[in-house]
Amino acid sequence: MTTPRIRVPSSVKAGEPFEIRTLIDHPMETGLRHQTGQAVARRMITRFEAQADGALLFTADFRNGTSANPYVAFHVRLAQTTTISFLWREEDGREYRATQRVTVS
Amino acid sequence: MTQRAAALDRRSLLGVALTLVAVPATRASEALPPDVEAAIREQVGGAAAAEGGIALRAPETAENGAFVPVTVSVHSAMAGDDRCRAIHLFATRNPTPGVASYRFGAGIARAEVSVRVRLAEGQMLIAYAEMADGTVRRAGARVAVTTGGCLT
Repeated sequence: MTTPRIRVPSSVKAGEPFEIRTLIDHPMETGLRHQTGQAVARRMITRFEAQADGALLFTADFRNGTSANPYVAFHVRLAQTTTISFLWREEDGREYRATQRVTVS
Repeated sequence: MTQRAAALDRRSLLGVALTLVAVPATRASEALPPDVEAAIREQVGGAAAAEGGIALRAPETAENGAFVPVTVSVHSAMAGDDRCRAIHLFATRNPTPGVASYRFGAGIARAEVSVRVRLAEGQMLIAYAEMADGTVRRAGARVAVTTGGCLT
């Protein structure tokens, strides 16, 4: 239900921009929605982080207007072979992770 | 497998390219609801925002308000002092206006982010960009929504 999906090239040219696309299966319930007269409990991922060898590369703070299965794409350039790690954190602290090594030639 | 993935990729990219329509920036003078003003102040601060140097791309009409593709691009070299630090997105007629804030670290090649937002009804989307020199840019796009995405 909360499977991260990342699309990151495994090898790139030094300094050349490439796209990273990320998505995680998640309901992103705001707590404002009602089903059969009852409010559906809030359950939100509010933080996304991408790190390059441990240094913050890109972050997102999600609020109610972010869709379910939050999708984020951004552009990166690397000078050397790097491990990119991804973290999604729910408001209650639950965390989901993914990593991808990118070889730079 | 790799080839099939690549083909799917191209198709989905084409789909995105066809559904995204460039929308001209909206007037800054347009009055915003107080809760939207407050949310903007909380995230962006009180600096006056300039129009230009930023583009918000969204479909003119979104059939499904639950998943509306949005791309914000800021004109910036992302090198030296010419950097964009953050992009903030707001939905002016959702039950709560905040969509997300995206922040760029070293290694980001373009001041651009593509995301999906949920829109309860047709409305104006507003993006703010915080630049490294302290200036703020802003762009808006009006999106019509066929089926609302927040409360259903």
